[in-house]
Amino acid sequence: MVVCVMFGGRYGAVLGSVLNLNHPAHTVDWEFIHLSVANVVVIGIMLIVFALAVLLPFPGSARRSQARSGASGGAGSAAAPAASQRKAEPGGSAS
Amino acid sequence: MSAVPSREPTRSHPSRSWTVGVRERAVAALPPEKLLPDGQPTYVASWIYVFGVASIASLIVLIGSGTILTLKGPAWWHYTGVGHFFNSIHLWAVELFFFVMVVHLWGKYWMSAWRGGRVRVWVTGAITFLVAVPCALTGYVSQQNFDAQWISTQAKDAMNSVGIGSFFNLTNFGQMYSYHVLLLPAAVVGLVTAHVLLVRRHGVVPPLRLAPQAAPPATPAARASGGPSDSSSATETTP
Repeated sequence: MVVCVMFGGRYGAVLGSVLNLNHPAHTVDWEFIHLSVANVVVIGIMLIVFALAVLLPFPGSARRSQARSGASGGAGSAAAPAASQRKAEPGGSAS
Repeated sequence: MSAVPSREPTRSHPSRSWTVGVRERAVAALPPEKLLPDGQPTYVASWIYVFGVASIASLIVLIGSGTILTLKGPAWWHYTGVGHFFNSIHLWAVELFFFVMVVHLWGKYWMSAWRGGRVRVWVTGAITFLVAVPCALTGYVSQQNFDAQWISTQAKDAMNSVGIGSFFNLTNFGQMYSYHVLLLPAAVVGLVTAHVLLVRRHGVVPPLRLAPQAAPPATPAARASGGPSDSSSATETTP
């Protein structure tokens, strides 16, 4: 479908009837801010994707955490991440 | 006919050769096991880094489709179906490039990715974004359609208002096309290469440390023995 739209043809006409683009762009105006609705939608999607990227666990992260805690094991496991972090961060603290 | 006296071939000492010096410095800065490591720390398993890799992937598509468009010459993308196709590939690749690059940039900003001597890693990434903006702008004004005319005539006022209109003339198609197909893409590719090499050298920034939990209120016995008070508990915080 997308390829057909790129090359034009009747599929392009069908899509054009669904999304009427034959008008000036709708805009969002607030003080000096002047944005098209299309750009506002894209920015909103970017914020949603960013939030999901931060919040969603990466596939296999639970398995890796279990393997790491199993490898370090015992009461001393709590200190292991801090030690590895210091090792991985040469020349400066985390602050 | 007298024999020519044999002479030892002159050869500079290896340690004084500039090629040896460059090689030794390059290997010392980025040894092979660092350049192509076997694995990464567990905290690299994050979606934020997927967006960094997606930026590189979309840049590769951009360079590939842009090369084809360049080989076929300007206006080819207007009057042939294949030209339309590659023009669309190029357009949507740049849309994706900026989308994923900005998400990656946001993530690294909030992670303070410049910590631990990684300032150059952060700066090369941020400058890549800044250089990519005029790279995209020169592409939009090189379309050779009404959209390009509108953008170039609007943007030239912005350039004139900041005093660089005589150096950067957006209504000059030849200049904009040269910037778009050579100078600015070369800068972006060079910056991305430097960014990736610096990431390999310094490693991915570890996550921010969580502030330690507040110490429990001191008991009367602890106070009597001179133990730590609540106000002086460990307070290493993250910025």
